[in-house]
Amino acid sequence: MVKTVFSIDLPVLENMCILKNRLQPLDLTGNERRVSIVTGIHGDELEGQYICYEIIRRIKENMEHLCGIIDIYPSLNPLGMDSLTRGIPAFDLDLNRCFPGSKEGDMAENAAAKIVEDILGSHLCIDLHSSNIFLREIPQVRMIEENASMLLPYAKLLNLDFVWVHPSATVQNATLAHALNTNGVPTIAVEMGTGMRITKQFGDQITEGIFCLLKEIGMWSGDVILPKTPIVSSEGHRDVTMVHAEASGIFLPAVKHWNSIKKGDVIGDIVNTLTGEIEQHIIAPCDGMVFTLREYPVVNSGSLIVRILGGDL
Amino acid sequence: MHKDIVYSVKSPFRSEMNILGYRFGKGEKSACIVGPTRGNEVQQLYICSQIIKTLSRLEKTGAIVNNNEIMVIPTVNQYSINTEKRFWAMDNTDINRMFPGDEEGETTKRIAAGIFNAVKGFSYGIQFASFHTPGDFIPHVRMMETGYQNTSLANLFGLPYVLTRKPQPIDTGTLNYNWQLNGTNAFSVYTSATDYIDEKSANQAVSSVLRFLTRMGIIKYNCHNGFIATTLEEELLMSIRADVSGIYRRFKEPGEEVTFGDLLAEVVDPIEGEVKSQIIAPSDGIIFFAHGKPLVIENCTVYKLIRRLHE
Repeated sequence: MVKTVFSIDLPVLENMCILKNRLQPLDLTGNERRVSIVTGIHGDELEGQYICYEIIRRIKENMEHLCGIIDIYPSLNPLGMDSLTRGIPAFDLDLNRCFPGSKEGDMAENAAAKIVEDILGSHLCIDLHSSNIFLREIPQVRMIEENASMLLPYAKLLNLDFVWVHPSATVQNATLAHALNTNGVPTIAVEMGTGMRITKQFGDQITEGIFCLLKEIGMWSGDVILPKTPIVSSEGHRDVTMVHAEASGIFLPAVKHWNSIKKGDVIGDIVNTLTGEIEQHIIAPCDGMVFTLREYPVVNSGSLIVRILGGDL
Repeated sequence: MHKDIVYSVKSPFRSEMNILGYRFGKGEKSACIVGPTRGNEVQQLYICSQIIKTLSRLEKTGAIVNNNEIMVIPTVNQYSINTEKRFWAMDNTDINRMFPGDEEGETTKRIAAGIFNAVKGFSYGIQFASFHTPGDFIPHVRMMETGYQNTSLANLFGLPYVLTRKPQPIDTGTLNYNWQLNGTNAFSVYTSATDYIDEKSANQAVSSVLRFLTRMGIIKYNCHNGFIATTLEEELLMSIRADVSGIYRRFKEPGEEVTFGDLLAEVVDPIEGEVKSQIIAPSDGIIFFAHGKPLVIENCTVYKLIRRLHE
């Protein structure tokens, strides 16, 4: 059942609508739990599109196994998704820096407030992100330390490879995940793949994980896989090491994403396409697994090249 | 005047972006003036150019008081200005959300760190900035309420208004906020334009900076006393919103006094041409901010009003 979460008139012959699809058992008892699955806060992040499609498809084919209400919001930023724009077009604002929003604010704040209002009351929310166009990420959950005890039990069911628990940052106070986590809806932010692309393998992996999670909380009675046990950055003294470009040029990787690497291995080169010279020969500073790899070849000094999860894996 | 490179960024395809610092006088780090961090802040660039021109002349005539150094960084981001992008052209990040920066971080964090290294330690910091909502302001001095702000000093610019703002999470990456936390008295000066040159308010901004530097004993410059500023808290400004979307006709300008019931603007149906809505003044007051685009979306703030204030 498709419902309108938020609607606003645009200047010329158009409404901007944020829609959700509610999937619920045929016979409601009134005591069902509700889970919200959201994606598309950033218009250039498309990985969640396949997951939304796949979850709806599987549930529709097996409605008899559905024991709760699933709300799926495939596009929280429809104008951005339609125009290849990460933020909200015309406003030049990042929607994920506008939460919890305000009914008294402008369009972005109005939309943010309505989204939060609609999700409140859910047992759980899963916020699906891609990386941006510059980086490729393995499927992972990111959470701040103060939410780890609340979210880790859920995150470990999501069939993920990695959970990154990191210190809180001030700007995260304005994200949807923060707004919901501080208002009684445990919200897991999932990151995967790269911007403007869909990686079916990652989508299938997370879809399986979502069904594992739904089964665990009593909302799905169908068969599920045994989820992977993720590596958790805060367990086992594993550090995340970032390597940034120290030169500008074209990055040619020598490592593969999601592979292990040894200290001293070559990560890649930054080359000068005018002189034919290598500007920087990038060497791994530690052992570990490359969970983030530069996807977009053009780099400036400072551009992130890899993130390495250290330790024996 | 001494000109040096404060920070430099290399691009694979463009000439190096050298961020320049112009230093006037010698001695204690007295005042630092920073121009645009964003590519559309052309008015701010113009103002800085006029300040550099005037300070060069004043230095030649011995009008910079001994033991004072003034530094002007006329632009932090000519790469974006030259490509007409508001934010950093490569990844659309905002340098003025990256302070205090990170020397080992992403490109815009490195630029912010490089700039912050150069500008910290000055007694007074003045930034020419713009607001994220496009529109026109009354010229004013804006300060964050960090607990370190000093509105009495802001008054010395002689601009008509001083506005204080409670910092939101998004503000904590601005130069103004980080300057204040680092012990610099920081002010952001807003004029009535951003992406075009408004000569009158640009001149007003240049004069306000020279007036401030004079009053702080940094330069000797004979100028008009300006205004005794009215100090406002941003949250007390009254937002007036459009109730429908369409083509926007603005009738009142920033600085104009309005009375309850005055017609402030109209929204016109973009296809059939009829007036869909009239926006009426809900109170007496002075217009502080006015929406500047020809289109408007419902609920958009089209005016901010200083309630019950008269000229």
